[in-house]
Amino acid sequence: MQSSKSLKEWIVIAIPYLWLLALFLIPFIIVFKMSLSDYVVARPPYTPTINLAEGWQSIKDAFAAFDFENYVFLSEDDLYIKSYLNSLKIASISTFLTLLIGYPIAYGIARANSSLRSLLLMLVILPFWTSFLIRVYAWIGILKNEGLLNLLFLKLGITDAPIQMINTDFAVYVGIVYSYLPFMILPLYASLEKLDGSLIEAATDLGSTPTKAFWQITFPLSMPGIVAGCFLVFIPAVGEFVIPDLLGSNSTLMIGKTLWTEFFSNRDWTVASAVAVILLLFLIVPIVLFQKHQEREGANL
Amino acid sequence: MNKLSRFNITSLTLGFAFLYLPILLLILFSFNASKLVTVWGGFSTKWYVSLFQNEAFMDAAWVTIRVAAISATAATILGCFGAIVMVRGGKFYGRTLFSGMIYAPLVMPEVITGLSLLLLFVALNFDRGITTIILAHITFGMCYAAVVISSRLSTMDQSLEEAAMDLGCTPFKAFIKITAPVIAPAMVSAWLLAFTLSLDDLVIASFTSGPGATTLPMKIYSSVRLGVTPEINALSTLLIATITLGVITASWANKRAEANRIKDEQLAFAND
Repeated sequence: MQSSKSLKEWIVIAIPYLWLLALFLIPFIIVFKMSLSDYVVARPPYTPTINLAEGWQSIKDAFAAFDFENYVFLSEDDLYIKSYLNSLKIASISTFLTLLIGYPIAYGIARANSSLRSLLLMLVILPFWTSFLIRVYAWIGILKNEGLLNLLFLKLGITDAPIQMINTDFAVYVGIVYSYLPFMILPLYASLEKLDGSLIEAATDLGSTPTKAFWQITFPLSMPGIVAGCFLVFIPAVGEFVIPDLLGSNSTLMIGKTLWTEFFSNRDWTVASAVAVILLLFLIVPIVLFQKHQEREGANL
Repeated sequence: MNKLSRFNITSLTLGFAFLYLPILLLILFSFNASKLVTVWGGFSTKWYVSLFQNEAFMDAAWVTIRVAAISATAATILGCFGAIVMVRGGKFYGRTLFSGMIYAPLVMPEVITGLSLLLLFVALNFDRGITTIILAHITFGMCYAAVVISSRLSTMDQSLEEAAMDLGCTPFKAFIKITAPVIAPAMVSAWLLAFTLSLDDLVIASFTSGPGATTLPMKIYSSVRLGVTPEINALSTLLIATITLGVITASWANKRAEANRIKDEQLAFAND
């Protein structure tokens, strides 16, 4: 397309652009504004609001009333700090576990012949389409005390008493790895599939062991897939709510759950907004890196 | 490279067992006559009967289907515009921001998206209900749609469209006649993706819904918190069956369309 655009071309650009500005970017600005406001017992539960009808003075008053009180509150209560740190810890460990489990699967799919390959790919994509909530729910029946796994353990005589698995951090890890595995396998497969097999043949011909060939050729060349997969797992896992809520215990602090409680149970919108702003600050670097990575590698999701 | 080693076979078997066993067990126990999840009391479809008699579930299902159908359709159209801008838009002021706004919602934690949209609706004094859920779902749906459609659009040979315009087509007509048929399969996938994402969403719907608008995931979530019930298993099985059927049909249709296209192209070259 030419650099000078016609009116029609500008309209094509404007429609999705304005939609995203109105329903994606502006809401964030409102969240930021809200995080600087004060909590009041009212509906909606915050002050100040800018009343445009009262003109410039109202805007100035509103800005004068903004403060960082909510952020000070967050930094003083170690519930929030622990939630952030624990979310980062759980997300990092589960991203690593997902990579560890997903890599051999993606590698196996990439090496299968083409008819088997499309079947296997279909089988990876299918759970990705089925409800997230249902897939997390399925684990409750397996992990709970009178659940299927404990039943199996008792039958096999591995334990005498049921092992507490539901409502533990272990269950949260299982839930995250299980739910996000397709997000890891697909980009890994995409980069492993492009790999030129003759490179490995050349390496083995020249006396390299298969293990050495893997670490020196396959692994580095699959790096784009590893990076994309890790971003796709890590970023949403940090803010995960459903998994820690249904599978974790009350002491499993994750920031998504803390935000939810702050909003729905404590009805403190201003603190919830401050929690969201800080969470976004944590994630802005990985999100920007992910976007750069996707643009560089071409969008093969 | 086509010989699978024992290591490959083991990892594939274990991997797919991990992915599928939980779902298969869930389906199996939806046909369990016993109310206890772990005791097999014989085959029964009574939980399906009691599910269909449960009006709260049926109402929620109807709300969810309407929300998903409307938002997926709008998301696909907007996503198509988004894809055209990303692939064909060239350089324009604010392009980086635009692609940022397309990619960010894909990974943005749902709690943040949900909270921010709710605050927008409150600030605008917008009555919360089905409409606000639809608006929220269109927004994240269109980003997924834009990514799916743009990956097809970027591999398309643009000279076809240029040829049509050289022969007197307006850009709009050239798009409808040439580009639209090529990206149609991607638009179908995008629609299905947006539809299932909407069908599946708990967090954003919880934030943006108002009194009287309860979606199926919200209903499932509130019953799951009270414990595992065979009715939820039955409902899950129905959802899984519907989605599986949809995905398999779509991929089959996609493959056929692709095969036809290749055949047509070969014929066209053969006639030259």
